[in-house]
Formats: sequence, structure tokens, C-alpha cells
Amino acid sequence: MNAPVPTDRLASPSPASNVVPGTPAGPPRGDGILVDRVSVTYPNGTTAVRDASFALDPGTICALVGINGSGKSTVFKAIMGFVRPSAGAVRLCGMPVAQALKRNIVAYVPQSEDVDWNFPVLVEDVVMMGRYGHMNMLRIPARADRAKVDEALERVGMAAFRKRQIGELSGGQKKRVFLARALAQEGRIILLDEPFTGVDVTTEGAIVALLRELRAAGHVMLVSTHDLGSVPDFCDQVVLLDRTVLAAGATAEVFTPENLQRTFGGALRNFRLGGAALHQDADRRSLTVLTDDERPLVFYGDPDSDGEGRT
Amino acid sequence: MDGLLAELLVPFDYDYMRKAIWVSALVGGTCAFLSAYLMLKGWSLMGDALGHAIVPGVAVAAILGAPFAAGAFVAGLFASLAMYVVRQKTKLREDAVIGLVFTSLFALGLLIASMRPTAVSIQTIVLGNILAISDEDIVQVAVIAGVSLAVMALLWKDLMVTFFDEAHARSIGLRVTTLKIVFFTLLSACTVAALQTVGACLVIAMVVTPGATAYLLTDRFGRLIGISVALGVSTSAVGAYLSYFLDGATGGVIVTLQTLLFLAAFVFAPRHGVLASRRRRAAGLGETREAARAREAIQAREAIQAREVAP
Amino acid sequence: MSMLADWITGPLAYPFMQRALVVSLLVAAVCAVLSCYLVLKGWSLMGDAISHAVLPGIVIAHVAGLPLVVGAFAAGLSCALLTGYLKENSRIKEDTVMGIVFSGMFGLGLVLFTKVETDQHLNHILFGDVLGVSVRDVIETAIVAGGTLLVVLALRRDLLLYCFDPGHARTIGLPVRVLHYGLLVLLALTIVASLKAVGIILVIAMLIGPGATAYLLADRFGRMLAVAVATAMLSAAIGTLASFHIDGAPGACIVLTQSLFFGLAFLFAPRNGVLARRRVPAGTA
Repeated sequence: MNAPVPTDRLASPSPASNVVPGTPAGPPRGDGILVDRVSVTYPNGTTAVRDASFALDPGTICALVGINGSGKSTVFKAIMGFVRPSAGAVRLCGMPVAQALKRNIVAYVPQSEDVDWNFPVLVEDVVMMGRYGHMNMLRIPARADRAKVDEALERVGMAAFRKRQIGELSGGQKKRVFLARALAQEGRIILLDEPFTGVDVTTEGAIVALLRELRAAGHVMLVSTHDLGSVPDFCDQVVLLDRTVLAAGATAEVFTPENLQRTFGGALRNFRLGGAALHQDADRRSLTVLTDDERPLVFYGDPDSDGEGRT
Repeated sequence: MDGLLAELLVPFDYDYMRKAIWVSALVGGTCAFLSAYLMLKGWSLMGDALGHAIVPGVAVAAILGAPFAAGAFVAGLFASLAMYVVRQKTKLREDAVIGLVFTSLFALGLLIASMRPTAVSIQTIVLGNILAISDEDIVQVAVIAGVSLAVMALLWKDLMVTFFDEAHARSIGLRVTTLKIVFFTLLSACTVAALQTVGACLVIAMVVTPGATAYLLTDRFGRLIGISVALGVSTSAVGAYLSYFLDGATGGVIVTLQTLLFLAAFVFAPRHGVLASRRRRAAGLGETREAARAREAIQAREAIQAREVAP
Repeated sequence: MSMLADWITGPLAYPFMQRALVVSLLVAAVCAVLSCYLVLKGWSLMGDAISHAVLPGIVIAHVAGLPLVVGAFAAGLSCALLTGYLKENSRIKEDTVMGIVFSGMFGLGLVLFTKVETDQHLNHILFGDVLGVSVRDVIETAIVAGGTLLVVLALRRDLLLYCFDPGHARTIGLPVRVLHYGLLVLLALTIVASLKAVGIILVIAMLIGPGATAYLLADRFGRMLAVAVATAMLSAAIGTLASFHIDGAPGACIVLTQSLFFGLAFLFAPRNGVLARRRVPAGTA
């Protein structure tokens, strides 16, 4: 009986170890992102998100988790001012969205499918676009802007590729270019849309490491993902979404099998191994694997009070 | 020899030829600037549609003795509005909506012209007549081209970001909707100018072909614009000059030149031309990363199948 | 009542109006059938492109002494093929390539036209000359249009499947490439057949309007075809007669009548019309 999971995932650090030292205790006050009872209704009458609330402080990496159509992209759009909430309000670093955008506070890393990879721009051109908000009307780069671009490219390890047209890169390299653009932009808030799809393991590791550095520097990152397996690895906060916020808070408290079942309904595969199937002895702990056919999420420990522990 | 030279210089002896050449060059350059954006977004049908949709406005303006551009502007506005409403209220594909609206308006223009043949020359509208352009029209065209070039010179980078990555454009505080409106207003205005130079049916070439040719020659957007404008200016000036020897049909000559240059670039472009890619393929270097990956995947699958069949 | 009867029969007392009516009805029917496929497939620009591109073919055929129909057909088809080739071998978007090719061919056609002495009037090629058709033209049009119509109707299910889901069509063993080029050939033939009646510029309208109108009125493809043909032929009749009374260009009148029908369908269609939707309380969507 082999568990249908790669074994290294079993050894993932417990969520509790992700709490950044030095963060103030207590619930987040929303000094980074504050989504306050937001509802979004589109012109065609559909309400994509109803009464959603969550708060994130600086120095946070937060996962935004939900199935397709759960309103992840609508939440992003509301934060970026693409759609105006029909009720409620979004505040970024204490400011209304429009003001925050003017101050260049929000950086966005798009999904790969949303980018026209044939566009005639080089890697360095894309990263330079991150600096446009800091330049004058004519967008003529100053020496400082060039330096920031160089630095950002160095940091994601793409300096050697700066003269390539963006379509000539691999999936992971493409992702890193847009991450570099976010770095060059120096936004306090970084939104990442499915950053791990189509990305190799090395790049994923590099991205996670970079996000941790940014967290240490006080940035707020909101990561939309359906890659459940990696969430406890690097996210200290989680928002579970299904047309409203089902649960939000510290990963350890929110990212539980029950909540995930609620979020995903029947869309997840659920394996639970326990008792004799898992252990030779009378260990009561069981293994739960949740997967939506991407990376599986593994829970290992005492079964919950609903008492499914078999002997 | 002297005789030949003298003959080649004959067109410059005529005032109307000198005017036609410089006005064509101005219009060609301005349209080429816009073409860099239009062809990347797959909006060629828009260029064609605008060229046809303004015809009834031009016809009415001719009957009323109003300025050419004013009638065109009203008709263009009406066309955009009609397309928007039909698009919002039906499930029809966008291309069908655009096609429906512009052909209807064009037919209306023809009907008006057929009923008042003395006031409106349908030949002029459909085929252009730069050789007989009046001084007032030159002023109109020059103002349109001058304003368009000035605005584009200011905004070209902002528009590039907007069309490349709208979300990012918003995040750095650009007013995306305003920029798009500005772009399409300029496009409509340039369509009016192009209508006088090459006629309704060939407007699309002026706002698409130079950009597409430049796109085959470079991977950088700034250079793309430079090449495109150079092509637009030179083909229009040379075309107008040559049309002296070809009994008119200025529009036809200009567009034929542009198309020939496009075909030349298609064959001979150093990196993106057919010959270059054939050479690369012969050298085994033409394989893109995606192609390589696909090939490896197929080979791997074949290997597995071979193994399965073997025992 | 008798006024209406006079309105109809008055023009038809003239033989040239009778011929015009017959040609318009034929062309309207075949264009309407094709338009259903083009609207569903998103090929409106393709119709636009092929129709413009036939111009050099007509001029060259005239110089070479060939039937104009042959030249037009060859030019239209080579526009489609050249577009396909350029698209396959470059990174330029399909609609851009199409725009470049057809405008280039149209421009070339204009240049050739001015250099060649012809008895053809450019306006007649561009906008048709339905009032000047001879009996021979009527027969020619009838043959081309009738043949095209028969082929489309015989293949209508295969073509529909191809337009709706090419992938599926391929998996069930339909010759997708043949259907693709078959549809292009039929399109080129239709445009050639329409030359006399509406000319190469207005035929685009005939290749979009009826299909779009029918799309709003019918939920099933069979009915869509029927509605398209019916509205197109009705428009052709009304437009031709109206052009006589108001002394306007017949092609333009036909197209505008079609647009009028679209406007009516847009407002009053029983399920998809603007007014029907308004009756449904908002928010149920």
C-alpha cells in the first residue's frame, strides 16, 4: 500500500513554524490590505462576490484559495480598481484604491495565459514598465530607474536574459520576468495570479524564497492559487473563497480539512489512510490527502473528533 | 541621361504633385504610427470598419458644404455607438457586429451619393483623390496629423503598457479607459485623413501594413514604431510621386508598394523571415523551446510504449 | 391596396427591372445561406477580404480575354490561400494578415485598372450594375448561384459541424481540410455570382446581414437557414423595387433593407430581442 503522494511532502513544516518572528500578536488590522464587506455585481446582474471581508498586515503572504468561479479574480479586480464594489470598500495601506494606484503601491504579476507572448518587447523592457509609475510624463528612464531594473533582474536571476524577446523564455523564466517587474515597481502590495502554474520546481522554490524575503521587508503579498500543497509551505495567512469569504486567518487555524471540504465541495479528491493501512502498531494518527489533481495537500495527525479513527 | 533625369523630376514642377507628395507622406507616417498598435491587438477589422463607416458622414457633409472631418466624426461616433449597443445586447460575435454596422453605414453612404451624384463623387470617397485635394482639406489633414503625432509622441509608452498588460497599466496609475478613448479618437481622425489620400477601401492598409512589416523586422516596440513610420512616410511619398506616371490611382500605388515591402520582409527578414527560419531549420536551430519540449514528450511516450510492447 | 400593387407592378413593367429582380433574388438567397456559416464561424472579415481581392482577377481576366468569372474566382481563392500561408509562416495575427493581403490585392487591382483600357466601368465592378444585366448575365448568375446553393445544402450538416467544432469534426473522420477549403471555394463562387447584382464591396453586407438577423430569430440551424433566406429574398425584392421609386443605387437599397430587418429583429425578436428581454425581470440572470 503506497500512499499516492511524494514522500517529501509529508515532511513539510507545520504551519505554526511559518509565523514570522516579530509580527504583533492578535488578528490583523488590515494596514496592508483591508477588504471590508465588499460585494461586486457585474452589469449583467451576476453577483460574483458577496459581503467579503478580510484584513492583511504588512509582512504577510496570504493565499487566496477557491475553485474556478469562486470570485478570486473578482477580488483581485476589486483590489486593483478594475471593478467598483457595489457595497463595501477596499483600502490599501490605509488609502482608497484610486489613491493607492496613483502612488504606485500595488504591483501585479499576471497569469501566463493573460500575456501576449508575441508582443515585441524584450525582458528588460517589461521590467522597465515597472518603473513607469515613477517616471515623468514622457517615461524617459533616469539612471536610478536603470539601476532598479538591473537590480530586479539580478534578484530573480534573469540578468543574462535581458535582451531576449519575452516569448523566447521558458515558463519559469517568464514568471520570473514579471516578478522582476513587480520588484522594480517597488509596490508595497504584490498580487500574484496563479504564480505556480506551468513552472518547474526550481523556479517555484526560487519564487517562494523571494516572497519570503519580501515578507521580511514588510511587503504584503496576496497569492491566488489552487495549488493547495504549497500553501502551508510559505503562506502565513489564508483566505478561503466561495463567492464570499468562507474563512480567513492564520494558516494553522483556517487551512483545515473541514474548511477545505467546504471551499471545494465535491471538486476535491479526498484520500484518508489510517490505522492498519498506515501503521503497523496501534497508532491512531491518520493521513488525509486532499487534491484537485495538482499538488496534493497532506494532513497527518490525530483524526478529528468525528472519530473516524479505525483500530 | 539628362533627359531621363529631367523626366523623373517633372512631377516636382507641378504644385499639386508637390502637395500630394508631402500630404501623403504626412498621412502615411501618422497612420503607420497607429498601425503598430492596431496590428498587435488584432483590431484590423476596426480599421476597415472605420474607413467604411464614415462614408455617409462624408457624403452628407459634401451635400451640406460642411467640413469633411465634421461629417466623418459624427458618422464614426454613431458607428461606434451602434457597435457597442448591438454588442452589449446580442450574443453575436464581435466580427459579425462590426461587419454588420460598417456595411450598413457604407451602403447608406452609397445611397446618398447615388441620389445626389452632382454633390458627392463616390469615386473620390471610395478611391481617394489626393491629387486634387483642396487647400482647406490640406489644412484639415495637416492639423489631424500634427495633433495625432504630437499626442502619440507623448503617450506612446503609456499606450504600449496599456495594450501589453492592462492590469499592470492600472496598477501604475495609468488611466486605461481614457488612454483607449484617446487612441480610438486618433484612429478615427487618421481614418478621415487616410480616406482623402487612399480612399475608404484602402484605409485598412494604411493602418495595418506598415506596422506588420516592422513587426517582422524587430522585437522592440520603440524600433517597431520607428521602422513603421519610416515605411509609412516613404511608401506614401514614393507612391504619390509614382502615381504621376501611372495616371492617378494614388491610393492603389501606395498600398501596392506597402504590400510589396511587407512581402519582401516576410521572405527576407533577418530573424522572422521565411528564409531565415528555413536556414535555422536546416541548421537544426530553428526549434523553439516549446517545440523541443513537445518533441521530448513524444519521444518519452514512445519510449514507454516501446517498453510496454517489448515483453 | 391598389397603391401597394402599383408600387410593385409598376417597376416590373420594364424588362430590365424584371431581370434585376430575378438576379437580386438569386444572389440574396445564396449569400444568405453562406452568411449563416460565416456568422457562426466568425469569418466576416474573410468575406470582406475575398470580395475585395477579386478586383485584380477581373482586370487580368479582361486583359487575357478570359471570362471575368474565372479571373475573379482565381483571385478570391488565391487571397484566401495566401492569407493562410502567411499566417502559418509568421507570427502576425490572422486578421492582420488578411487585411494586408486583401488591401494589397485591391490596390493592385486599382493600379492595373487605370493602366488597362476596358469597356468595364469601375463603379459597376465595385457596386454592381443590376439594372444593366442581360439575359445571359441572368443565366450565368443562376448557374453559379444555383450550383453553389446545391453544394452548400448537400453538405450543410458537415459544414455546420466544421464551423461549430472543428476538433470534433476531425475526430469523427470528416475531411476538415477539404471542408475548410470547400467553404472558401463556395464563398469565392458566391462573391463571383454576386458581382453583377451588388458588386464586390456591398456583397460583404449580403454575406453578414441575413445570417446575423436569423441568428437573433432562430435557435436551431435549420430554421436559421430558412429565416436568413427568407429575409434576404424579401429584402432583395423590396430593395430593388424601392430603388426604382427613389432613384437610388439598387445594391445600397437592398443592403439597407436588410439592415432594417436586422434592426427589427434586434428590437422585437421573441426571445433575444431588446424588448423581450426588458419584459423579463432584471436580476434573474
